[in-house]
Amino acid sequence: MQDANKVLESLSPNEQKILPHIEEKNVSEICKKSSLDKTSVTRALGYLKSKGIVNITAKEKKIVDVGINGALYRKKGLPERRLLQLLEEKRIIKIEEAERQSRLSEEEFRASLGVLKKKAFIELKNEKIFLTAKKEEISRKSLEEIFLDSLPLEFDSLSQEQLYAMKSLEKRRNMIQISDEKTMHVEATEFGIKIMSLSIGANGRGFIEQITPEIIADDSKWRGKKFRRYDLTIPVPKIYGGKRHFVNQAIDYARTVWTEMGFREMSGDIVVSSFWNFDALFTAQDHPVREMQDTFFIDKKTELPDKKLVKEVRESHESGVSGSIGWGYKWDEEEAKKLVLRTHTTCLSSQTLAQLKEKDLPAKFFAIGKCFRNETVDWSHGFEFNQTEGIVVDPKANMKHLLGYLKAFFAKMGFEKVRFRPGYFPYTEPSVEIDVFHPERKVWLELGGAGIFRPEVVVPLLGKNIPVLAWGPGFDRIIMDYYKIKDLREFYRNDINQMRKMKFWVK
Amino acid sequence: MAIVTFSKKQFEKDIGIFDEKIKDKIAMFGTPLEREEGDSISIEVFPNRPDLLSYQGFKRGFLGFLGKRTGLIQYKLSKPEENYKVIIDSSVRDIRPYTACAVIKGLQLDDEKIKEIIQVQEMLHLTLGRRRKKAAIGIYPLEKIQLPITFRAVEPDKIKFTPLEMDKELSGLEILQKHSAGKEYAHLLAGKVKFPIFVDAKDQVLSMPPIINSQLTGRITSETKDVFVECSGSDMNILKICLNIIATCFADMGGKIYQMELSRGQLRGKETTPDFTPRVMKISLENTNKLLGTSITEKELKECLEKMGYNYKSKLVEIPAWRTDILHEVDLIEDVAIAYGYENLVPEIPEISTTGKESGKEKIKRSIALILAGLGFLEASSYHLTNKKAQIENMNLPEKERVIEVEQSKTEYNALRKNLTHSLLKILSENVDSEYPQKIFEVGKIFNLVSEKITEKESLSLAIAPGNFTETRQAIEYLFRMLEINAVFSEPKNMPSWFIDGRTAEISINGKSIGFIGEIHPKILKNWKIKMPVALFEIDLEEIFKKLIA
Repeated sequence: MQDANKVLESLSPNEQKILPHIEEKNVSEICKKSSLDKTSVTRALGYLKSKGIVNITAKEKKIVDVGINGALYRKKGLPERRLLQLLEEKRIIKIEEAERQSRLSEEEFRASLGVLKKKAFIELKNEKIFLTAKKEEISRKSLEEIFLDSLPLEFDSLSQEQLYAMKSLEKRRNMIQISDEKTMHVEATEFGIKIMSLSIGANGRGFIEQITPEIIADDSKWRGKKFRRYDLTIPVPKIYGGKRHFVNQAIDYARTVWTEMGFREMSGDIVVSSFWNFDALFTAQDHPVREMQDTFFIDKKTELPDKKLVKEVRESHESGVSGSIGWGYKWDEEEAKKLVLRTHTTCLSSQTLAQLKEKDLPAKFFAIGKCFRNETVDWSHGFEFNQTEGIVVDPKANMKHLLGYLKAFFAKMGFEKVRFRPGYFPYTEPSVEIDVFHPERKVWLELGGAGIFRPEVVVPLLGKNIPVLAWGPGFDRIIMDYYKIKDLREFYRNDINQMRKMKFWVK
Repeated sequence: MAIVTFSKKQFEKDIGIFDEKIKDKIAMFGTPLEREEGDSISIEVFPNRPDLLSYQGFKRGFLGFLGKRTGLIQYKLSKPEENYKVIIDSSVRDIRPYTACAVIKGLQLDDEKIKEIIQVQEMLHLTLGRRRKKAAIGIYPLEKIQLPITFRAVEPDKIKFTPLEMDKELSGLEILQKHSAGKEYAHLLAGKVKFPIFVDAKDQVLSMPPIINSQLTGRITSETKDVFVECSGSDMNILKICLNIIATCFADMGGKIYQMELSRGQLRGKETTPDFTPRVMKISLENTNKLLGTSITEKELKECLEKMGYNYKSKLVEIPAWRTDILHEVDLIEDVAIAYGYENLVPEIPEISTTGKESGKEKIKRSIALILAGLGFLEASSYHLTNKKAQIENMNLPEKERVIEVEQSKTEYNALRKNLTHSLLKILSENVDSEYPQKIFEVGKIFNLVSEKITEKESLSLAIAPGNFTETRQAIEYLFRMLEINAVFSEPKNMPSWFIDGRTAEISINGKSIGFIGEIHPKILKNWKIKMPVALFEIDLEEIFKKLIA
């Protein structure tokens, strides 16, 4: 058994108000006695029930109430009453005259004539109405009128007369309506009775509800008083705060990981020349990725960087540099000038390498950014996606280091198990495909590529063949996995309700 | 993506049980398993290995990788017999200048093998052939044609033959207009006065490359024993590789390869194809170990190279004539790494000291986001691509207003955003059923044309619905106070069309205008079907970066 005192102290003001009246057993009576509205009483009763103070049984009953027309007539009077008032004045009147003067609709007028005739209040002769009713008959309210005034009523409690009136009114459109209503029957439990008796004793002492500055200021208002105990288990209304977009939260985290590992951030334009996006990365000019099918082109051209670099990139493609045989085709400067939306953040790496001085080595860079490809949109593909890029320029770097950096990064992203497979990219050799093992789903997730930049890439940019470890795996699958998002389109839908509810990136 | 599909039964007969271990091996060979359905296995072949585009080619490579058949595979080449000759007429020079050809005899074809041949042919068209532009392959039953063959170009209306899948003769032009392959590849012959054709000694047309073969001479069946193979296109090296890949595939099926003599007339000489003479490239053990971080011996290096189908002898590597991807020593080193096993390369992080550093702009963007989040604003994130209707029509900008469009977008998103304002209004319009008040902001790049050059700037926009000028200004002033920026709000000079005159201010710092703040005009809200009043600002962040990154 609960501690009755504790329960008593936990009663809210409304619960306290209705407590003395629960023996009234029905809600409307409790409303009257406690001068609370029905909603408050129902809610308070619900809490009392959850505290074991009352039992509530629901009963269904048929209620007879006025319909739309019924409500109207209750205010304005039934049509036959309005006709009768006219007749009382005129005694004898032409039917059509009566219809006009009564201001009743045709339908109302016909119905009223019928009713009055049936009651033998009038007679119809020679297109005229003759009033035959006595004065007291006229002034007396009809059964229908009395019934209408007394609504709503419980169907089960209707008298014979009331039933008769109801039947008669039912024949007329929308006069009355009969509905099933649930009523609550309230009964105090044994525990409730105990609480009630305690409550009588406690009356007057009162609990402190909301603590106010006045209460705090005045010692006598709280000394020796009890604080009303809350029901600590009741849910409270939700509130929402402002926050960073969830994709940016994830990106911020990855940014911290890279900087902690000693990487400097690269940033740059989204609209770049094909030169930086493709040519400087040894992607042949007839490579399918350079078609509009795959890449967003803008119908504009831009200037190429300094001549020396352009010349070396040309050589690299045409006949090769540093012992390479090249692609063996005629490289076209105009093709390199075409502007594209970057298809990978690797174009930041090519630009960074072109700026790098030998004295700055070893150097490590990263970038996280939006990339674009001309794709239709479905759950796993979009025309915009996030990539995380990294390069390590270190004369002593080797492939084991490449795998080491990647393994460390993905471990911090929550993927302890990483698998590296052979892959292919025009600008890296060896090339690596990165898979991470999903610990819960027990599947390998393909995240994208990495490798060591080819000499054909590095020599024109750096002037020297130094190993450059490079990677650019996609980042969106990691974000999807963390937030349990099944559809990539959710990322940029900006559904405010969903954004309010979205959990925080905590890693 | 090139996918090669073959039978599991055949695989198990030729290579071994198809279990988890072998699946792993397939992935570690660099040909990830794509699908497994019933008897059918599909693998992905990367663009650098067109020699793996047939089951025969894959089998050859994979058996080597498993150590079951190592070193460079030698194929016997028979010398050309009488009339095994292709005459290349000078008329093709400016149209489709090159061809490489071979004859294969003694084939025993069945439906499975024919399917495989068609598959490798199609895959080569798609990849090395760059959708038939660089190379297209034709295969003809030898018994239907008479050697020698002539490759020449003829006016399209003088070409007449029945193409595959047709029942009547068409002219060259009609094929481009009526045949499905003709329509698909018509662009490759666009603007040419003459179209190339292969004809035999009886002057019957074999095909019109790169479009279609003849119905009469260009279809192989299970009855076919001997075939004539031609590859035509614009790059002789690619054609030779294509021919080598097809010819070795036939040879692995049991055929005998015969060379053909290509004759270009007296002046330009003769050539014989196919030619399997291996290329030779140097590899250094030191470079290999340095790049991979390994310490393998020369013996191990030799073993690895042999597993990948090469021969190795005293620092020299013999490269099979069907490999296209070996441009540099690093390509050989990668193959050594694959044979060594990527899984055997133990990841390690070297002890080098570098200092990490975040981009200054990113740092400021994050601070701004955190300050605004503290005020209860939600950060939104929209696509950089949008469209003209959202940017121009809905914002009541004049029709002539320029947007930067991308070419041939596959979706309705076809222009770069010129401001974030319309992105935020779009969000508000899509959220009319979400609880109000809605307080959102976005930080990101916007793109504009300034004297015909594309400028890319970081921008910040913030919106409140229902909101008014005062609330919005309170937010931006709080932001400026937190960043210690002095801003001036003044009567605007050229106010954007979406604001209400008299309720819009221009924001400047250091005398430079950085944006506007104001209440959005009901006509704009109507365009977006927003039922709540909206107040909003958008500012250029570049000035703020300049001030804060000193």
